[in-house]
Amino acid sequence: MDVIEQGIGRLFTDPDADNARAHFKTKSRALTNKLMSLKDAVAKYVHDGEYLAIGGFGANRTPIAACHEIVRQRKKNMAFAGHTSTHDFQILAAGKVFNKLDIAYIVGLEARGLSPNARKYMQSGEVEVCEWTNYCLSARLKAAAMGISFVPIRNVMGTDTFKFSGAKIIACPFSGQKYAAMPALWPDVSVIHVHEADMYGNCRIRDITVSDLDLAKASKHLIITCERLIPNEEIRNEPVLTDIPFFCVDAVCEVPYGAYPGVMAYEYFSDEEHLQEWLRVEKDPEEFKAFLDKNIYNVTSHFDYIRLHGGMEKMLALRDKELMTTANGNNG
Amino acid sequence: MADYNTMELMIVTGARELKAGVSVAVGTGAPCAAAMLAQKTHAPDLLIIFEAGGIDPRLPEMPISVGDSRTIWKACQATSMTDTMEAFCRGMVDYTFLGGAQIDMYGNLNSTRIGPDHQKPKVRFPGSGGANDFGSFCWNMMVMTPQDAKRFTEKCDFITTPGYLEGGNSRDESGLPKGTGPYRIITNMAVMDFEPGSKRMRIISINPGYSEKDVQDNCGFELLKVKKIKETHPPSKRELAALREEVDPYRYVIGR
Repeated sequence: MDVIEQGIGRLFTDPDADNARAHFKTKSRALTNKLMSLKDAVAKYVHDGEYLAIGGFGANRTPIAACHEIVRQRKKNMAFAGHTSTHDFQILAAGKVFNKLDIAYIVGLEARGLSPNARKYMQSGEVEVCEWTNYCLSARLKAAAMGISFVPIRNVMGTDTFKFSGAKIIACPFSGQKYAAMPALWPDVSVIHVHEADMYGNCRIRDITVSDLDLAKASKHLIITCERLIPNEEIRNEPVLTDIPFFCVDAVCEVPYGAYPGVMAYEYFSDEEHLQEWLRVEKDPEEFKAFLDKNIYNVTSHFDYIRLHGGMEKMLALRDKELMTTANGNNG
Repeated sequence: MADYNTMELMIVTGARELKAGVSVAVGTGAPCAAAMLAQKTHAPDLLIIFEAGGIDPRLPEMPISVGDSRTIWKACQATSMTDTMEAFCRGMVDYTFLGGAQIDMYGNLNSTRIGPDHQKPKVRFPGSGGANDFGSFCWNMMVMTPQDAKRFTEKCDFITTPGYLEGGNSRDESGLPKGTGPYRIITNMAVMDFEPGSKRMRIISINPGYSEKDVQDNCGFELLKVKKIKETHPPSKRELAALREEVDPYRYVIGR
């Protein structure tokens, strides 16, 4: 197939479909108990220098507990999919976990503002970048999920976003129409936070799925964190509710409130006060260092972290906010 | 003295473009406020789609994120990003609102960086997010932004999102879906469209209190003008009441 034009960005992963199949040939199909602590899961599956992706949408159903653990274990030199990444990006940038970056959306926290520290890191020249869009990265994961090396889509052509990407423009063999070919993205390891999972890794998501269903299929290794464990019988009673099947999953960690301080649909709303605190303390490097010690490096679990910010009472208030009720008496 | 501020005027002007029966892809802030206002005034059945997967919610308040749980509040569907993007690409989405640090005479937008070195930018912005996708696929792209000569620039440091690229037929020739592109640029001073042949930005109406000279002086390139430039209609009492009381009671956006 003739390449009409190509971007100058470097691909941080191999788009070859047979190489990916060679990995998936060796991936376990066994229905085994995959329960482990988050600490063990990160130690076992997240490795320096490899490619990392995080599920959810920035501060919505995002495995924040896992992001903290990755920083706490001081993982370094990773490549990262900056796909709809907001608070997760802010945390991983604080730990300088990655130095290679596929960018769709970074540095910002949408309506909340921009992260001064993440921005400083991105302006330092320490991070090699390749430019994409939200759809580009979700299409790259879609190609990987399909087991093929690229998919053609119709955006980016004519822009600098294309010029600084790793995409290529090709012509359709049927119509002659031009398309931007998106290379498959198979992350080495990903973490996705879900509402419910069983010990084998069958997952239920009561929310928008963003790119997570493709991400689950595309990932060479997948860690699931869940709000609640449920019995396998419950999964088998209603298989139509399963979003991610067990054979995609390598580790299952029960982490209630694992998306805090982000939103978990139908469970709890985001802690806007604490997210604003993040943005505020980042302006002063000394204060930020102390803040990271207090909230990440010197705590041992996500519960310790939540206790620092109001504990169970705070979680009930955030539950009221999410459900727009006053059921727990803590609203406002 | 007008009894409204310029943000309110921009949101009302944007909302009026969203006719009954159309669909719109929105982000947080002013775009979402415009869509909500249209729903609460002349277009109750306006279809709002959030790129992260929220389809036709009954927004109880303004979302903080395009993926937060407010975007699926009493929605018709909670789906995936590829699903929404595929609908955009099929031609199902009529309008979108975008913004950027820079915009040029063809409506190209920069939300990626300032400075020449891509690997070590002077200022790094979030990047495309879904902006390039919206700008590529939606039939009509609109921009709501304050206007000054720095933002309205001769040449963007980086084209994140396509406008009419280099003007003329260049957008169609690029391979982007045909018949799409920038439609309205709504600023604190004026409303612009694009001349059909050259695809250059041109003034169609000027906001109350501003002159043609103000608009040109606050623009880094030469603006075309329609033969009869109108005055932008100020917000009505009903529009202002809906905006202030129902859409943004805490003044998150209109208080800026």
